[in-house]
This record gives sequence, C-alpha cells and structure tokens, in this order.
Amino acid sequence: MKALDTWERVLIALIALVYLAFGLGIDGFLSPFALADSTTNMSEKALIALAMALLVIAGEIDLSIAATMALCSLAMGFAMKAGASLPLMLLAALVTGVACGALNGWLVTRWRLPSIVVTIGTLSLYRGLAQVALGDQAITGYPERLSTWGNGTLGDLLGQPGLIVPIEFVVMAVMALGVGLFLHRTVHGRRIYAIGANATASQFSGIAVNRYRWGLFIFAGVMAALAAVLLTGRIGSTRPNLAMGWELEAVTIVILGGVAIEGGRGSIVGTVLAAVLLGSFTFALGMLNVSGIVMSMIIGALLIIAMVLPRWLKFGGLLRWRARGA
Amino acid sequence: MTLAPTRVRREWILTAIIAVIVLGVGARTPVFLTWRNALDTGNDSAILAILVMGQMAVLLTRGVDLSAASNLALTGMLCALAGKAWPGISLPLLLVLACGVGALLGALNGWLITRFALPSIVVTLGTMSVYRGAIFVSSRGAWVSDQDIHPLIKGLPRDTLLGLPMLLWFAAGVVALAVWLLRWRREGRELYAYGGNPSAALYAGIPVRRRLMLAYTVSGLLAGLAGLLWVGRYSIAFTELASGYELTVIAACVIGGVSIGGGVGTVAGAVLGVVFIGVINAALPVIQVSPFWQQAIAGFVILVSVALNARSQRQAGRQILERGHAPGTQGAAA
Repeated sequence: MKALDTWERVLIALIALVYLAFGLGIDGFLSPFALADSTTNMSEKALIALAMALLVIAGEIDLSIAATMALCSLAMGFAMKAGASLPLMLLAALVTGVACGALNGWLVTRWRLPSIVVTIGTLSLYRGLAQVALGDQAITGYPERLSTWGNGTLGDLLGQPGLIVPIEFVVMAVMALGVGLFLHRTVHGRRIYAIGANATASQFSGIAVNRYRWGLFIFAGVMAALAAVLLTGRIGSTRPNLAMGWELEAVTIVILGGVAIEGGRGSIVGTVLAAVLLGSFTFALGMLNVSGIVMSMIIGALLIIAMVLPRWLKFGGLLRWRARGA
Repeated sequence: MTLAPTRVRREWILTAIIAVIVLGVGARTPVFLTWRNALDTGNDSAILAILVMGQMAVLLTRGVDLSAASNLALTGMLCALAGKAWPGISLPLLLVLACGVGALLGALNGWLITRFALPSIVVTLGTMSVYRGAIFVSSRGAWVSDQDIHPLIKGLPRDTLLGLPMLLWFAAGVVALAVWLLRWRREGRELYAYGGNPSAALYAGIPVRRRLMLAYTVSGLLAGLAGLLWVGRYSIAFTELASGYELTVIAACVIGGVSIGGGVGTVAGAVLGVVFIGVINAALPVIQVSPFWQQAIAGFVILVSVALNARSQRQAGRQILERGHAPGTQGAAA
C-alpha cells in the first residue's frame, strides 16, 4: 500500500518501540488515562504540522505559523474583553489567522519572494505586534466552554464519562483525515505535489501555481487559528510568547514524517505518525522527569539521524562513487 | 553590468535612511547625538556584526546557519565553566578555546551538510536544539553568574585600546578579515561563484565541498568568539542565553542586502544592516517608544528590504538567457 511506504513502517516500528519500552519501564504509562493524556501533548502541534506539510510539499515554508497563533489568541482575548460572545471570539481568531496567512501568501506570490525570508520577516512582525499589544501582560478569564474544548474529553461533550478520548485529539484526527484525503485523493493534492516537484513545469502545464500557494498560506493561517483556540482553551490565558518556537517543532515533525524539505515528496500519514512518535516520546520523557530542554535536544538529534540514516544506508555508496567519478 | 550601480545605490540609500533616523531622533533628543551614545550603540552592535560576517559567508552559498545563536551560547557557557574550573587560565587559551569549540561545532554542521548532501536549514535546525540542549547538560541547568565568571573574560570586552573598547576592535578586525576574504581571496570569491550557480561552480573546478566546509566553519568560529565576548559583556552564562538571536542575525544580513538566494551581498551592506538594527534599538527608548516595538519594526523592515531587493534584481536582468523567457513566465505568473 502506497500510504505505508518504507519510511512510514519505520515510524510505526519506532512508535511501537516507544510504547513497548516505556510501557515496560514506567508504571502506568500504558494505562488508558496516560495514553489519552499523551495525545494532548501533540495534538495542537500536529494541527500546524499538517498545514506545514502541505506547504513544504509545495516547496514553501511558513516559519510565522506559531507567531500567527499568538496573534489569533490575542484577537480572541481582545474580542472577549470587548464583550464578544464565544462564536464572535472564534470568528476573530479565524479572521486574524486568514489575514496573517493571506499577507504571507501575497508577499510570496505577488512579489515573488522566497517564503523562508518572508516568513522570517512576518514571524518577527506578528510576534512583535503581539508583544506591542500585550507588553508583559496576559489575558485571562476565558469562558468555561473554551476550557472544556482544550482540556475536556469526548465523553464530557457527549455526556458519557467512559469516553476519555480528548477533544483535541479528535479535532486533530478529523483534520488529519481531511487533509490526507485532500492531498492523496484529489486532483488538487496531485497538483500540490507537482508544484513542489517543479513549479515552472506545473505553471506551463496549466496549474494556477500562485493561487495554490496563496491558498496553502491561508490554510496555514486557518490551522494556526484552530490550534490557537485549542491551546488558549487548554492553558486558559494569552501571553505574547504563546507557542514560542513551535514553528521549528512543526518543521521537525514534517521532516521526521518523511516530507522532503526541497518539496514534491511526503505524506500526511507520515506526518501524523511523526507527531504521534514525538508526542509519545516527549510524554514518556516527561514522566521520567527529563527536562524540556533535554527533550528538544533529543528531538533535534532525532531529526538529524532521521535524515542521515536513510542516505547513509541507501545512497552513501552511490554518492562516494559519484564524488570519485567527478 | 547593470548590477554594480544598483548595488552601490542600495548601500547609499541605507546609509541615508540611517542618517535620517539618527538626525531625526537627535533633533528631538540631542543626547542621542553624543559620542557616549554612539559608543554605546557601537558596543551593542559589535557582537551582532561578528555574527553577521559568519552568517553572510553561509548565506552566500545559498545556505543558512540557524545554529549560530546556540553555538554562541554553548561556547560561551563552556568558556565560563573553563574559567570557573581553572582560575589560572590565560587569555590566549580562552580565545583559542572559544574559537576552537565554535569552529568545531560549525564544522559539524558543514560535515553533515556536505557529506550527506542535506539541506542546511534542516541540519542547522537540528543542531540548534542539540547545541542548546548541550548547554543544559554541560552546566546541569545552573547559571554561571557574575562572581563566577573569570575576570579575564569579563575584562576582555571592557578593556580599551586607543580610547575604544576592545569589543569594537574585535568587530572591526572581523569585518576587515571578512572584506579581505570575500573581496581579495580566491576562496571568498568562490563562495560567491558557488552561490551564484552551484553546478557551474562545480564544473569550473571549484572544490565545492571544501568551500562549503569553510563557510560553515567560519560561521561557527565567529559564533564561538561572539560567545566568549557575550558572556564577558553581560557577565552571565545560562541555558537560554541569546535564544532566538539567530533571527536577528539573519535580519541584519537581509536588511544589508545579502540575498538568501545566495551569491549576492557585500560586507559594507551587511555592516550597514547591523548599524541599522543597532540604531533602531538605541533610538526606541530615547524617543520613548516601548521597546516591545523592536521586534515588530525589525520584521517590517525585513519585509520591505527583501521586497526592494527582489525588485532591483529583477530590473537588473541578472541572466542573459532569462530575457527570452521572462515575458512568458511573468505573464503566466501574474
């Protein structure tokens, strides 16, 4: 099956290894509550990683995605302070996300700038605006419903206490399914691959390349808004440093999931598996009292190993041979 | 041929903008125009200038070094720990240690990138967290605070020579070396050649891997030196030191006209980029704008300067061949 390519199998094996090793090593790691809890760790990051995967496959990148989350959360907070109802707060977050994504897309398509530079610039801009608006303050006092969405389980929502699947995980799974079907089962998905593999050729074969690029940046803004709503609900406050550094974690998830950074290759299955792998791994390390900075060190090392290993095993000999030939 | 005049003009424009800001702020608050303030601004920008020279060498080769700030912090921490452990350590030894560790970390980036043909952005993204984590591991999460920092490290950026602080001399020396390497040395010119067209550079017989290794090692070495100076200047070392500073470094390069696409950029432009950021950061508190604006302004300036860059490059018509294709692709893209 195409969806379970070699790399995806490696990821599944690694996930199984993590659950097996830590399940045997840590008491209660395999209890249903711990398993449910381990998914909240990665659901929000997986949401932005899904959008990032589409962008990277299309040969673009959005480093401003976490800063967009901060602005979305901010918009929600200001809407609440202005006395808006919950739907209006969500609308504020959504509009902010779309606006941030559209600005990125406009700069990339209209001015034909490399997305990495544009989004480094907008990362600074969005994060900076959040800092200007909030300073060293925080917005708190969000409604109970929002907290339920962030912290609650499906059982809370449906009135059946037995269902302990967190709402965040359900949202993530639904979005992953949607994005996966879009990328792997529709003509638009095929076009995104084509754009990433060769944008000029796609242009000449009649694909509206820039419209797709713009659409993908706006989608990244929408996903950032969604992730921001869930995260704000979960932690119950808005600070200017909300989701700081998550753009790099999203890129790590995408690369670890087997998406080629140069574009044109990768799958949503791999991305989701990588999110689950990182989520369960960091959750287990958290139970072992490993500090966050060491976790990110291990993740960084994993990222490099994930890239080096296949090339070392498969192409190592070939490259050496070609270098000698040249 | 048309490229040279536009590039010169760009640096003059940047100089003019900086002059307008300085004079404008100075008109409102004359204290901004004093020698004391200029010295402070220079002192604050010196470390950035050192880092920018290294980052520029990497950017010229179409790469990027996101690990520079982590490298800086790790080297700074190791120097601080070495100074704490061996009080008898000498200054040359500290400098060798800082440059050596930095160069080693940079060379590791270069090795991963050239040996496995990996994209630099992902490799340095990974080493960024690895180096950052290594600080925590080596210091066990503890801070090295003022009283534990070796007096030699603290003295290094503060000593004065001919009335100017050593920090400025270090920056000036690094900038002079960068000019020498990138303008007069074959190795430096080959970095431009590789960034302009990697395959042509390969066919022209440029030892591509060695040049890439050079760029990343130089970037690491300068980050290491900057680490020693940073720890000395602020006389503290901790895990989150200079966290996120890599973006400021890249911003200074981009503002100075160094292209992320490789092969384009001058040392003078990059230095002006550093001065611009330094002047903005110094001006905000003086005109009583909240320092929280710093980041937003930097972001806005990056966007404007890349947009301007892209336009001037398009007008210049960089490649002869593109002329024939240009109308078709432009029409289709628009």
